[in-house]
Parts: sequence; C-alpha cells; structure tokens
Amino acid sequence: MLPFKTAARRAEAQDNDPAPARPLAGITQLQQWFGRPATFRGAMAGIVLLLILGPFVFSQYITVIMTNALLYVVLCLGLNVVVGKAGLLDLGYAAFFAVGAYTTGILTLQFGWNFWASIPVALVAAAISGVIIGGPTLRLRSDYLAIVTLGFGEIVRFSARNLEITGAASGLSGIQQPRLFGWTIDSAVDFYYVFVVLAIGAVIASIRLSDSRIGRAWLYVRHDEDAAEAMGINRVAVKLAAYVTGAIYGAIGGIFFAVNLGAISPESFSFEQSVLILMAVILGGMGKIPGVILGAFIIVLGPELLRDLGELRLLVFAIGLLLIMLFRPSGIWPGRTQ
Amino acid sequence: MSGAQKMLLNLSDVRLSFAGNTVLDHVSFGVAGGSIASLIGPNGAGKTSLFNCITGFYRPQSGSITLGGEELLRRKPHRVTQMGIARTFQNLRLFREMSVLENVMAGQHCRTRAGAISAVLRLPSQQREEREIRKASEECLDFVGILDEADRIATTLAYGHQRRVEIARALATQPKLLLLDEPAAGLNAGEKATLIDLIRRIRDERGVAVLLIEHDMGLVMKVSERISVLDHGAMISEGRPDEIRADPKVIEAYLGQDEAEELL
Amino acid sequence: MTTFDILAQQLVNGLVLGSFYALVALGYTMIFGVIKLLNFAHGDVYMIGGFVGFAVLSLVGGLVGTGWGGIALSMFVSMIAVGFLGVVIERIAYHPMLAAPRLSILITALAVSLVLQNSVLALTGGEFTAFRTNLGFGGIALGGVFITYNQMVLVGMAAILMLALETFVTRTQYGRAMRAVSIDKDMCRLMGIDVTKIIAVTFLIGSALAAAAGTMAGAYYGSIWYFMGFLIGLKAFTAAVIGGIGSIPGAMAGGLILGLLEAFGTQIPFIGSEWKDVFSFSILILVLVFKPTGLFGKSEVERM
Ligand SMILES: Nc1ncnc2c1ncn2[C@@H]1O[C@H](COP(=O)(O)OP(=O)(O)O)[C@@H](O)[C@H]1O
Ligand SMILES: [Mg+2]
Repeated sequence: MLPFKTAARRAEAQDNDPAPARPLAGITQLQQWFGRPATFRGAMAGIVLLLILGPFVFSQYITVIMTNALLYVVLCLGLNVVVGKAGLLDLGYAAFFAVGAYTTGILTLQFGWNFWASIPVALVAAAISGVIIGGPTLRLRSDYLAIVTLGFGEIVRFSARNLEITGAASGLSGIQQPRLFGWTIDSAVDFYYVFVVLAIGAVIASIRLSDSRIGRAWLYVRHDEDAAEAMGINRVAVKLAAYVTGAIYGAIGGIFFAVNLGAISPESFSFEQSVLILMAVILGGMGKIPGVILGAFIIVLGPELLRDLGELRLLVFAIGLLLIMLFRPSGIWPGRTQ
Repeated sequence: MSGAQKMLLNLSDVRLSFAGNTVLDHVSFGVAGGSIASLIGPNGAGKTSLFNCITGFYRPQSGSITLGGEELLRRKPHRVTQMGIARTFQNLRLFREMSVLENVMAGQHCRTRAGAISAVLRLPSQQREEREIRKASEECLDFVGILDEADRIATTLAYGHQRRVEIARALATQPKLLLLDEPAAGLNAGEKATLIDLIRRIRDERGVAVLLIEHDMGLVMKVSERISVLDHGAMISEGRPDEIRADPKVIEAYLGQDEAEELL
Repeated sequence: MTTFDILAQQLVNGLVLGSFYALVALGYTMIFGVIKLLNFAHGDVYMIGGFVGFAVLSLVGGLVGTGWGGIALSMFVSMIAVGFLGVVIERIAYHPMLAAPRLSILITALAVSLVLQNSVLALTGGEFTAFRTNLGFGGIALGGVFITYNQMVLVGMAAILMLALETFVTRTQYGRAMRAVSIDKDMCRLMGIDVTKIIAVTFLIGSALAAAAGTMAGAYYGSIWYFMGFLIGLKAFTAAVIGGIGSIPGAMAGGLILGLLEAFGTQIPFIGSEWKDVFSFSILILVLVFKPTGLFGKSEVERM
C-alpha cells in the first residue's frame, strides 16, 4: 500500500476552487450565516420562542410530527459526528438508538427500575457498544466499515427479535411514562417539550464540540489521516471518540423514544431507519450543523407533505438523494462541509 | 561509534524493502541534538522512505532507530510525534477547507488533553486550554512570518506560504527534531533565502535540531553542518559540506543528474 | 433420518444457496476489481433481475411453457436487459463520481439501491409477487437424501455460467483487459486500453450474472419482492470478501463456503434457523476484521 500516493490522489480528486477566508468552525460559522452575532442571537431566540409557542398553534397531529422531527434532530446530529465530522460511513446507526430504547425498556419493565435511573445505564451501554463495534473495525477501509456497521445493526435487530428479554418480534409494550417532580410526562404536548429541550441540548453540544480540540481532530483525521498522525493525533482513538459520541446521541434519542411511544419493536430499528437518518444528514449537508437540522426536518416533514403520492413518495425521496449526490454532494445547506 | 551517545537521533542498520525491492540497505546514521543536518541523494535514493521509517509510517524489516536513547521502531506515527519528532511532507499535506490557524492548531493536539465531555460542558480548564492552543499556534505562525494570514483557508495561500504553514504546524508539536522533506522545492530565490534564515532561527531560537532532505545544493551547502548522502538505499558518504563536495563517490552518484552541476 | 443423512441433505441445500451467493458475489468482486467500488446496489440489481425474468415469463409462458425451458429463456432475456441496466447505472451514477471522495460514491451507490428498491415498491405496493412455474417436485433419492431435479438444474446452470465467465476472463481479450484494469488503470490507459469500455463490460457481465441468479431464485422459491436483494446482497458481499474481494475464483469459492456454512450452521444446537442471519453477519464481521484480504487473498504490505 502506498499511503501517500493514494491520499494525494484523494486530495487531487476534490475540487480546487478558492474559498473565501473564514474563521473557526462551529458557532462562528453559524454566526456568519446570520450576519453579526447580535442578529444570530436574535434568530436563535426567535426559533426557541417559536418552538415554545408551537403547541398553542399546532393541532395534536402536527405536535406529534414536530416531536418526531425533533427526535430526528438529535439522531441526525449524532450521526453527523460520525459521518459528517469524522468521515466514517455508519450504516447501522439505528443500533445505538435501539440500545438506548431497549435498555430503558428492559430496566423499567422487567426490573422495575425508575426511568431516570435507567438513563445513565443506557448511556453507558451505548458507549460500550460504540467501543465494541468501533474498536476492532475502525482500522478498516471506509467501505468495509460501512458493511461492518450494517452487519452490526442487523445483528442487534435480529437479536432483539429472537431474544426473550427484548420481547422477541412483538417487542416491549407498556413502558411507564416518566415522572419529574410530581409532573407525569404523558401528553403529546409534554413530550413535545421534552424533545425541544433534547434537541436544543444536542445543538448546543454539537456546536461546542465543533469548536473544540476533539472536534477539530475529527476533521483532521477525515481530511488526511497521514498528516493527522504526523501531527501526533491517534487516529484510532479520535475515531473511537466520534463513534462513542454518536452512540450517546443515538441512545438519548432511543431512551425518550421508548417512553414517548410506550412500546418498541425490532422493526423501529431497521436498516431503513439507519438509512433515513443518514439521508437526512447528507441531504442537509454533512458536517454542517444547521444543514443537518434542516435535513432532519425535511426527512420527517417531507413524507407528510408528500402523503398524497402514496407509494411513490419514497421513490421521490430516493431519486432526490441520488440527484443531490450527483449535483450537490455537499448538501443543500450553502457553504462547504465544515 | 564514539559520537553515537551524543546523537539525538540514531539509526543503525536499518533495512527496508517492499516486495523484495530493497529501499534502504543497512543504513546507519545520526543527527546531533541542536544541529542542522541534510540528507541528499538522487531521486529514488530512499530519502523520503528513511523519513517514513523514522516517523513510524514504514516499518523497517530490521535495525534500530532511537531518539535520545529511546527506541522508536514499532511505534505508531502519533507516538513518534509525541516523543518529539515532527515532519513536513514532500508534497504539501495541509488540511483542506480549514483555515491556516486551524491547520497549525493540529500540532498542539498532542500537547493538550481536553476531551469531548469537557468540551460539551465548557469546563474552565477546557476554555483555558483552548486559549493556550490558540496562543501557541499564533506564536508559531508569527515565527514563520504569516500570522496575518491566519484566518484564510490554508490551501488558498501562495505556494511558498503553504510550505510555511506546514513548518508552523510541525513546530506547534513542540519537537526536539524537525524533519523537512524538500522544503525549498518550488520556491523562488527570495523565498529560498527566507527559508535558510527560518531554518537557522528554528535551531538558534527554539533549540530544535533540523534534518532536511533537499535537492538545492547551494541551500544545502549553506545551511547544513553535516551532510549525509544516500544512493540506491545505501549511505555512501557522510561529513561536513566541504568534505562532501570533494568526495568522488558523491560526484559519481550524481553523474548525469541536474544537481551534479551545482555540486561541482 | 440419520445424522449422516441430515448432514448430506444440508450439503445439498448449502450447494443451492451457495450457487446463488456465488453468482451475485461475482458481480461484486468484478465491479470492485475495476472501479474499487463496493456497489451497494448490486443486491437490488439481482432483485430487478428476478422481476424482469418474471415479467418475461408471464409474457412468453403461454407459448413456451413455464418449465425449465421457459425459465431459461426468461433468464436469458433478463440477463441482457439487466446487464444493460447495469451499464446505464454505471454511466449515470458512478461514472461522474469516480474522482470524488470514496464516501460520496458509496453514498451514491446507496442512493441507487434505494431508487431501484422503491421503484419496484411503487409498482408492486410492497407485496410478494407469486412467481408461478410448473417445475414439479420430482427428484431422486440417494440413501436418505432427496435431491430434486430443480436443485440439480439450478446448480448445473450456475456452474455453466461460472464456467463461461471463467473462460471469458482467461481466454478473451476483454477478459484479460478487465484483469489488467483491476490491477492498474493508469497503465492500461497508457497502453491504449479503453478503460471506460472495459468498466462498462464489467457492469454488463456482473449485472447479467446477478439477473440470472434473481430469475432462478424467483423460480426456485416461488415468490419475489422488492426487498429480496437486501439480504442476499449482504451475504454475497460476505462471500466475495471470504474469497478475497477482487478475485473471481475466490467469489465462487466464497459463495459455496458461505452457503454450506449457513446450511450446516442451522444444525448447530443453540443457533437454529432463526439465528441463521446473525450467524452469517458474524462471519462477515469476523472475516472483515481479522482477514480482510479473504481466506485466499495475500496480505498487502503492512503500514503501521
Ligand atoms: N510504499 C512503498 N511501496 C513500494 N515501494 C516504495 C514505497 N515507498 C517507496 N518506495 C520505493 O522506494 C524507492 C525510494 O523512494 P523515495 O524514498 O521516495 O525516494 P526519494 O525520496 O529519495 O526520492 C523508490 O524506488 C520507491 O518506488
Ligand atoms: Mg522524496
């Protein structure tokens, strides 16, 4: 293998037009998009206000769909760390979503745990599965990694379908709705607000990660593994950190997904689920936080808007994805992959 | 062998081959701490491969490579950098789509420790470290003279300045030894003069030993204290610039190559 | 049935399964060879092959019957049609991406896979389509083992196709050029080989073999649906990796090995048939992690 030659070819392959000067990643990128920091803060406050006021305007149906979109924001931002930042194609991301959902489901249902107590366990479980999946596989070439993650995703789903503790094919139902200081989180609007908090938290965490030592290391490793290693960066450790971070986002989504629906089944965590999340990330623009958020909303709201198309709507989506890859591979959000 | 103990970097009997082709043939070689040394030789002699062996990118079949007495062989590239060897690449290897400053900040990675959790929580220690990374990187950019271009996308800089970004990035790892692979390639006369000055300052002001691979004999003769000559994977000569210039073996190795004229 | 009979019966089952895997794995391996792309859409090309074969048989079945003769004819038409579909896919989706980063082209392949799947989903509504034939259930009993004529014909046809491919690759100019392209594209260009054309030929043949497998599988199992390419695509990829990706004999051997492993795997206590897929995915992961060059592949020069 000729590491330098191949990487040089890889570099040549990317287009070479000059980009304008731009400061550091993360929040500054967002700020630029919105102009001055004051406008940015204003825009952010406006979005949060709209999210808070939403349920007063929305019908129950729209509230439920918005909740789902916010769940996708969390999941997509998590996958974005893996695919968009670290450049690792993960086709089994739903596995982490499943680990979060099933851990909470099993602990609360089969062992009578309090919901809140199950959260740290679910997060640790997700982190451990991230290490188990990532540890041996991150040295592999990117296409092999894609297949291995796909294989792991399917193993998790098949196992959930065959094991007794996960309720086999019918899954788990009757998962208790959580209580917080005497408030039972049970209505659609309650869960909407829970997911507003989760999504905002996910956005803030993503922005902070982008603007940090580890966030930059993900980009270094993605752009040029050899140069990154020559800078003293342990590429396996850095990729593993991306994997575990993504796993934790996925698990958080899964935990609250489980209590929101009260029931989970293996089919919620299928390959299509992983592909859908990946599609949202690519559609919006890999690595670009606002783009990924937009992608999450498109993936959830799009099919609702296209409902009249029936069976055709998935085809429309697939063709859209293909066209984006061919004509706008860095996604619909303007600017380059950050 | 008497000088071997004082050497910062020491290679002994390094042998590297790819699928039966011998690239490095029992090479022994040393760089003294705080010195400026050059490695020259015709194209394909194995110079870059030697750098790759030192920095852990290639795994020699046998031999030993030590830095300050510590064995480097079988260490991963990032460990070698942590131990104090930084390098630039023969073909520019900047991180595309990232700013000059972000490129240089990569070098600080191995000297800092904040992880994902402290970044998400914005712990004070993480914030402090971020400021330090920035400061150290800006200092390196200032040192190579391109601080005013810190916020530009690295790959949009003039070629000579991109080379300096690579050097700044390597310096940001706080090395004991800096390996430069053909740093003058593609530079004009004025830029070469600046480079000579920069190499001397790296040694004089930072105490970093420099080993460079270079084809420009004028530059090599001017800046180096010791020169080693590699030909077909074998070390054929080693000495002060005036000794090398007079060595018939070296002249023979270069015969028929453009550099020969400059050498003579 | 004695234990021996059970094992012998599984040997037959494994051979049938392995023939399908091998035919699909060949396409994976050949395409990977020439453009280093893991063609995620290949399993779906197999699925399309099944549907085209079905459509042709529905049209001509009245004239030539729906026995092996009619199936062979439909299979042949399907191979040609789907072969050209493969060429079109390469032209439209992969060719413009050949210089792009690997992540982009992988995602493009995934998008092609989704387009193919969802086209059929839109046409069929996601229902299983019955692949009606009159193949019968006859066969011969060898001791306690029963081998149907269908199984024999199927394995025989697969063997003929693979033999034809082997001859093509080793004996013809195109075949040799194909091997040359998989070794060094730039060198081939210098030597005047039309690389673009060789890539097209590779997609043509790889897709045609998948179409043959798709039609045969439809006829053999009696039904087809839009998602039938997903699992077999993964497994064929496993087979290609087991044999060393890029190696044509490796893909054949890998297909048979995986088919046999699966057939025997179902007989291992605690694994059983419901764990069959977990079993093959585990093999996939183990091979990729510990022997990514395959069982017969030689390892690349190690980089630290
Ligand atoms: N990874 C590799 N695989 C095979 N051969 C290599 C590899 N790296 C270098 N070589 C061979 O080693 C020889 C020396 O190359 P190199 O070290 O780049 O020479 P120089 O830098 O002195 O011009 C060349 O013949 C080259 O083909
Ligand atoms: Mg060189």
